[in-house]
Amino acid sequence: MKKTLFDKIWEQHVVDTVDGGRNILYIDKHFIHEVTSPQAFAGLEKRGVPLFRKEKILATADHNVPTLNQHLPIVDPLSRTQVNTLIKNCEKFGVELYGLGHQYQGIVHVIGPELGITRPGMTIVCGDSHTSTHGAFGSIAFGIGTSQVEQVMTTQCLLLQKPKRMRITIDGELQNGVLSKDIILYILSKLTASGGTGYFIEYAGSTIRSLSMEARMTICNMSIEMGARGGLIAPDEKTFNYIKGRKFAPQGEQFDKAVTFWKTLFTDEDAQFEREYNFKAEDITPMVTYGTNPGMGIKITEAIPEAIDPNNTKSYDKSLKYMNFKTGNSLIGQKINFVFIGSCTNSRIEDLRLVADFVKGKSKASNTTVWIVPGSKQVQLQAQEEGLDKVFEAAGFELREPGCSACLGMNEDKIPKGEYCISTSNRNFEGRQGQGARTILASPLMAAATAVTGKIVDVRELL
Amino acid sequence: MEKFTKINTTVVPLPMEDIDTDQIIPARFLKATTREGFGDNLFRDWRYNQDNTPKDFILNNKIYNGKILVAGKNFGCGSSREHAAWALYDYGFRVVVSSFFADIFKGNALNNGLLPITVPSDFLNDLFLSSEQDPNSDVLVDLEVQKITILDSRKFVEFDIDPYKKMCLINGYDDIDYLISKKGKIEAFEKNQVIF
Ligand code: SF4
Repeated sequence: MKKTLFDKIWEQHVVDTVDGGRNILYIDKHFIHEVTSPQAFAGLEKRGVPLFRKEKILATADHNVPTLNQHLPIVDPLSRTQVNTLIKNCEKFGVELYGLGHQYQGIVHVIGPELGITRPGMTIVCGDSHTSTHGAFGSIAFGIGTSQVEQVMTTQCLLLQKPKRMRITIDGELQNGVLSKDIILYILSKLTASGGTGYFIEYAGSTIRSLSMEARMTICNMSIEMGARGGLIAPDEKTFNYIKGRKFAPQGEQFDKAVTFWKTLFTDEDAQFEREYNFKAEDITPMVTYGTNPGMGIKITEAIPEAIDPNNTKSYDKSLKYMNFKTGNSLIGQKINFVFIGSCTNSRIEDLRLVADFVKGKSKASNTTVWIVPGSKQVQLQAQEEGLDKVFEAAGFELREPGCSACLGMNEDKIPKGEYCISTSNRNFEGRQGQGARTILASPLMAAATAVTGKIVDVRELL
Repeated sequence: MEKFTKINTTVVPLPMEDIDTDQIIPARFLKATTREGFGDNLFRDWRYNQDNTPKDFILNNKIYNGKILVAGKNFGCGSSREHAAWALYDYGFRVVVSSFFADIFKGNALNNGLLPITVPSDFLNDLFLSSEQDPNSDVLVDLEVQKITILDSRKFVEFDIDPYKKMCLINGYDDIDYLISKKGKIEAFEKNQVIF
């Protein structure tokens, strides 16, 4: 039988199949963070069962952490309690923690790959929907709820119905100024915020192959915004080269053995997908969102479209009212006071380099506040080593310390009510970046262009 | 987990699509370290102004107080936060009806004794209409026979549910009990596994 990449990895992890066709799926790596783990640890204690495989868990603090003065105690008492609870739980159960102050601390989906922990062929979970990011390495990675976090803690397994398979193929060459963030926002605008529900997506085609690992992660990261369980990309030389030499990557002979195995991880020709889509790279331009879900995106040159379903415009109307936009308007020229470059979608060293390259010799517009929040301590240090911090400083951009930050505003980094923020994050839900804040999702280049002009522009005109 | 078999109550209609988990429970309320108490902040920013005065929102309308929430397509999209299911349950809901659910939310709901029922959009509209016309109109959900009925009009549909999940709900079991019983198999699997 011809198999997809997804089938191969899934089948290699099935411990057993139970009545009704559910699989007991073995999990190779489990990431945890402070927000979705405390109730799972508590559940373990309540049941009186031990942590089954503590060496397969890695913890970090990212959602709640401040991005200034991380060496000081966290000011917000609730955030402090939650982070401290993680520290206590990790101590008690013997879990490795890269907490605040640790050289490897950072957003969970940034640190896994950069440390060589995320590798092809693995099953990876985390109590966080953007776990799909790790699929860029050719692994099955997906977000789970806290009850499932507890399941993995007690048995290293999950009881799951196998998702359906979807393939999205993108071929051709991208225009100058178009990034992988634009690709995924474009796909989302076509498939909508629910178009992937029930599916696991494989991204394929020459355009995907041409992307760097960082750019691939951006795409897989936002699979969940279509409702998909996850997204993955077959590993290739780029994947192997990225992993080679990283802290926890296999070394020497082990690495060669690993590569031999990793090379078996591809979709067989003629393997079946329940659904397939094809797109052309040439059709994709810089994208922006205009509404309150990530599927509500347009090309920068387009006007805000009408509601998809003319008989049911309630959600659409509410969305536009919240954003204070009107059908038929363009976003070009829209004044923007806040720019956020960060989140597990776009906070890697490549993103920071791109932005620095663009702003070198330019400075921010007088009306904009610009936050650059690196995805991890390592990204922050690397940026400093390369002198990117100097470029940002000269441009009036604030380079902060790592964390989720204004992606969800659980710490102090919130966008004020009514203000627009062009953001490289992944969700433009109502109030996501702060109560009443209005989020416009875009690529790091589009965000940088907005930062220097103070309003939304087509970045291609500035290149 | 509490057992679930049958429920007969009025419904709370929320005819909006793509209701995401950030609306169900905003991130700033995720700082608790226990499962309880999230109900107070369910739909917080739709329910209350910033100064905590109530807004014109269905949960602030005393006429609607059932244990079944009826919502538009793609309910529960967004983050994996199980707090969304906890908040709905803690508030008092035992069933959520929609024409389409986001995957992770659906799984989280089932793991917490909250029954997600997917119905055709016609029936969803019937539910909206009947509660609009008469907020006291009762709806019966019978998990045993997998049927949801609007009692006034006698309109009903049968709904799907994974047989294993149904068994769990009816008996109040959860996946962990089941998986722990399979430890031997899991350990045997580990012995043969090579991870690169
Ligand atoms: S950066 Fe945003 S999306 Fe990513 S893990 Fe943090 S909160 Fe979630």
